[in-house]
Amino acid sequence: MPDKILDLSKPVPEDHEHVEHIKEASDYLRGTIVEGLNDPITGAIASDDTQLTKFHGSYMQDDRELRNERRHSKLEPAYSFMIRVRVPGGICSAEQYLDMDRIANTLANKTLKLTTRQAFQFHGVVKRNLKPLMQGIIRAKMDSIAACGDVNRNVMCNPNPYQSEVHQEVYDACCAISDHLTPNTSAYYEIWMDGEKVEGTPKFRTETGGDDEPIYTRRYLPRKFKIAVAIPPNNDVDIFANDIGLIAIEKDGNLEGFNVAVGGGMGMTHGMPETYPRLASVIGFASTDRIVEVCEAIMTIQRDYGCRTNRKHARFKYTIDDYGLEFIKDEIASRTGTALDETRDYSFDNNGDQYGWLKGTNGKWNLTLFIEGGRVKDTKSLKLMTALREIAEECGECDFRLTGNQNLMIGNISEADKENIEAKLKAYKIGEYGGLSGLRRNSIACVALPTCGLAMAESERYLPTLITKIEDICETVGLRDDDIVIRMTGCPNGCGRPYLGEIGFVGKAPGKYNLYLGAGFAGERLNKLYRENINETQILDELKPILESYAKEREEGERFGDFTIRQGYVKATVEGKDFHA
Amino acid sequence: MTIPLFSPGVGPLTPEQQQSLNQLLTTLSPEQSAWLCGYMAGVNASGAEPGVLPAAPSDSATEAVPVTVLYGSQTGNSEGIAGDLVEALKGKGVTAELKDMATYKTQNLKKEKQLCVVVSTHGEGDPPDTAMDLHAFLYGRRAPKMDGCSFAVLALGDTSYEHFCKTGQDFDTRLSELGATRLLDRVDCDVDYEEQAEAWIQEVAAKFSASPTSAAPAQAGGTAVPVAPQAAYSKKNPFSAPLLERIHLNGRGSAKDTLHLELSLEGSGLTYEAGDALGVCPVNDPELVAELVTALDANADEDVVTPKGVESFQEALSRTYEITTLTRPFLRAYAEASESKELQGILADATTLNAWMYGRDILDVLNTWPVKGLPTAEFLDMLRKLPPRLYSIASSLEAHPEEVHLTVGVTRYDAHGRSRKGVCSTFLAERVELDETIPVYIDANKNFKLPASVDTPIIMVGPGTGIAPFRAFVEQRELQGDGRNWLFFGDQHFDTDFLYQTEWQQWLSNGVLDRLHVAFSRDQNEKLYVQHRMMENAKDLYGWLEEGAHFYVCGDESRMAHDVHAALISIVEAQGGKSKEDAEAYVKQLQKDRRYQRDVY
Repeated sequence: MPDKILDLSKPVPEDHEHVEHIKEASDYLRGTIVEGLNDPITGAIASDDTQLTKFHGSYMQDDRELRNERRHSKLEPAYSFMIRVRVPGGICSAEQYLDMDRIANTLANKTLKLTTRQAFQFHGVVKRNLKPLMQGIIRAKMDSIAACGDVNRNVMCNPNPYQSEVHQEVYDACCAISDHLTPNTSAYYEIWMDGEKVEGTPKFRTETGGDDEPIYTRRYLPRKFKIAVAIPPNNDVDIFANDIGLIAIEKDGNLEGFNVAVGGGMGMTHGMPETYPRLASVIGFASTDRIVEVCEAIMTIQRDYGCRTNRKHARFKYTIDDYGLEFIKDEIASRTGTALDETRDYSFDNNGDQYGWLKGTNGKWNLTLFIEGGRVKDTKSLKLMTALREIAEECGECDFRLTGNQNLMIGNISEADKENIEAKLKAYKIGEYGGLSGLRRNSIACVALPTCGLAMAESERYLPTLITKIEDICETVGLRDDDIVIRMTGCPNGCGRPYLGEIGFVGKAPGKYNLYLGAGFAGERLNKLYRENINETQILDELKPILESYAKEREEGERFGDFTIRQGYVKATVEGKDFHA
Repeated sequence: MTIPLFSPGVGPLTPEQQQSLNQLLTTLSPEQSAWLCGYMAGVNASGAEPGVLPAAPSDSATEAVPVTVLYGSQTGNSEGIAGDLVEALKGKGVTAELKDMATYKTQNLKKEKQLCVVVSTHGEGDPPDTAMDLHAFLYGRRAPKMDGCSFAVLALGDTSYEHFCKTGQDFDTRLSELGATRLLDRVDCDVDYEEQAEAWIQEVAAKFSASPTSAAPAQAGGTAVPVAPQAAYSKKNPFSAPLLERIHLNGRGSAKDTLHLELSLEGSGLTYEAGDALGVCPVNDPELVAELVTALDANADEDVVTPKGVESFQEALSRTYEITTLTRPFLRAYAEASESKELQGILADATTLNAWMYGRDILDVLNTWPVKGLPTAEFLDMLRKLPPRLYSIASSLEAHPEEVHLTVGVTRYDAHGRSRKGVCSTFLAERVELDETIPVYIDANKNFKLPASVDTPIIMVGPGTGIAPFRAFVEQRELQGDGRNWLFFGDQHFDTDFLYQTEWQQWLSNGVLDRLHVAFSRDQNEKLYVQHRMMENAKDLYGWLEEGAHFYVCGDESRMAHDVHAALISIVEAQGGKSKEDAEAYVKQLQKDRRYQRDVY
């Protein structure tokens, strides 16, 4: 038995990361956040507190394009806050959606970002608006606690529109996991609501009160932790990119339980081959009634054994590669009293979204809308935000579902509402998917510049333009309608899951990207570095011959990622550790 | 100018020196040559080496010159290496100081004798954010000569980028170009920098500990500073001060445009104290001059006689006369010349006249009641001389030797169908290029001065450009001692109008500024001003006054100063348990004791 790294009987060891000391001293995530919010001399909060506000769902950022200009003007950076709202399983009511829309338009930058983990994000929130905004979220019976930070993040579940009954059961399991693993600290309501409790907010469904963290302890996890649940054959939540991926196993329309996969994660650091993306390994099966305790057991293994001396080595994927899968399986068995069952058969065939109308098994309609870059906003030419607001106002019975691909599904639509919505979309010229190329409808871009502090290059603001240029090539060679998964992130940390793109771009410097090829279409295989640090002209020059060759020489039904491997453009990445090989 | 020039071979000077001196002599005004004469006399009297600007006195011949280790860090690697180097140097008995490029005072650069630089490179060969300003300074016009300084550079970078270690190379090249001596060749490190960095640290530590400068600096020469006679520059004979820097202090989206200007006083002999003002002689807007010439149907090149002598009409309108502000004498004279019944009617009633004059200028009058063939001389006779504008100085001379800084609100607005511009503020904002000169003089203000004792606490109320003298005050107090300082500042918006925000933050964090209260009037529904913040802190404010604090107000006279005055009385009344009359007497006494001073406009 290896020694546990977490030892609460001793002070945080000197060689543990600074964040570990901050957590320990924070009094369950309080720190000096309140003092910082009340300081009128700066739009920022104290540096250590920025680590703690993550646990509350907020990142402090600044407009990087204004940094130099403002410093020259003797002004501090244009600080603002990003706030992420948890939406377990991605589903909220029309009323809640309207609350999000109102908050975005009054307290944030008048846009909503739908994230790759089925959360809403507000951007550009100045400090004096932060508390009113948090109160708005909580009064909408939603929350942002554990949306970021070293805790279990928003639990994802594919918003499956066509298997309504199974989906309901899976969704319930997803919410149960989410509730069970939500931090217990009362700091959240104390800081943002002055202690007021709002009936119906997620935390208070299971609240035990008090400041003890029976699952997390006062030191929380070594690093973020992600769980996703998918119902095959659709892997739109990319379960293999999660610390725990659960694959729903049904029999005759009933949910039996889940295959359990562990140790997925995207992030790495340029120039550090000891960091790498890794896909989750399937290690067994657990029945539905056991799934919450199994998830807790896995998360607490990571809590106890995860590396706390180096945050670049602290994700569960490294714990697994350090200790081995057998150790994890044994620990699960000893912590829950029962070993996992044999893995059941399953198969995924895609990780994208199916756009347009679909009828569920309950007779209600579902509509999936493509939201470029996940950004809901009004522009001169496209009033997307207004259109969605009007739909939510007029069709109060339907619900709003965020997909893992930054898209939006409107669910539970009656026949009458369907007509109304169709008329609305036509009036606002939204959802004309005939015009979308196979590349664009399979694209993901993270936020990146100008607000994300990690970004080294553009992503959300640039990918649409780059896709237009690649589309020209596809058009010429006849690939316009072929689905190819294309993803871009502004840094190697992996928010947009770039290492699962059949074409993946990871920013290195302004205008320069690493180009990755060869991921599996259903999110079952990582890609591999093809070209390093290239600009747009080079990107187009590199992709052109490959796309031409794919158009001519692919086998029946062969996906682009598989083709690039068969043709030897890149070697297949079999496991995380050989990502850089 | 007819100062006789030196002929070659006359006197003790070398031919080069003679040539330089002759070049200078041809440019001197009588006042300047008189000053130079006095200066040289002062130099000789003090026994200092003539012609050499005295260096800072060195008290001890054994005191070591410290090694400055400058780092520019984005992720902390450079900072870590620089810190290790300082430790290594100290381990060898060498005095060393660790300095962040972000907060390094660029004026210190010319004093450096031993300099180590550790800096990383980012993106497309860019310096880290924290090093940008210093990098730009080194490559800018104000970069100093660095002869006599020895240096070493360690560059961090990533070979996967095109411009590997470019910033380090820049520093290395530039320091050398400026005359500094490279003590050892630059070392460029890739992402796995540790070993190379450690080797560099050892080598640098060895070289610097062996350097004679570190071991025993020998600083010969006199210690007396020559006393320059009072400068001859004055309102009548302003000094042409080169504009060194012009910064817009407001952020994007602000309704305001407030300038921070830095002017050079080098060679002028001008001195000032915190609280003094700078007189600036502006030049009128050439567009407005041209419009006036057209409206008068005059010839811009025509010679006219002005108090300055003979000059062209255009020159007279540009530099000699005020051509914007309407005066009553002008209107009366013009009413006579134009024989306009309407204008005479407006002049007859004070209320009508005030209302009409608001927002109008001389061109409006010419356009409304044109006079055909109005002689230029007659028109100029109606005008008054262009007065210099006074600005409260925003710098301490001790903190910025041979410089003077201003905080100027630029006036631009539309009225009566034309856009209007403040004469001097837009002159400073738009019509002077960097390095061009501005005629200036010092206007001493005895009634706005720091307390005699550095320990006396001060309370400063300076919203908007009223902040200017308080920047000078705090700079001065930082150099002087531990007296407590409390500032109230206000403007429209926190995000864009917090003038000198980062400087105040720095002074708060290093304890120079004890308290800072801000009021941004338009960030919430109700209007909040500095007097509201005073009232919120009434108890402490009264406590400071009772402890002898001086109270200063600078800025808008018509409303702010009045409201602040009223707030001060009500604070004294409530906190001192006094009647209104007694509170007024208390405040009056503060003024008599010169503990309540105002610089309002």
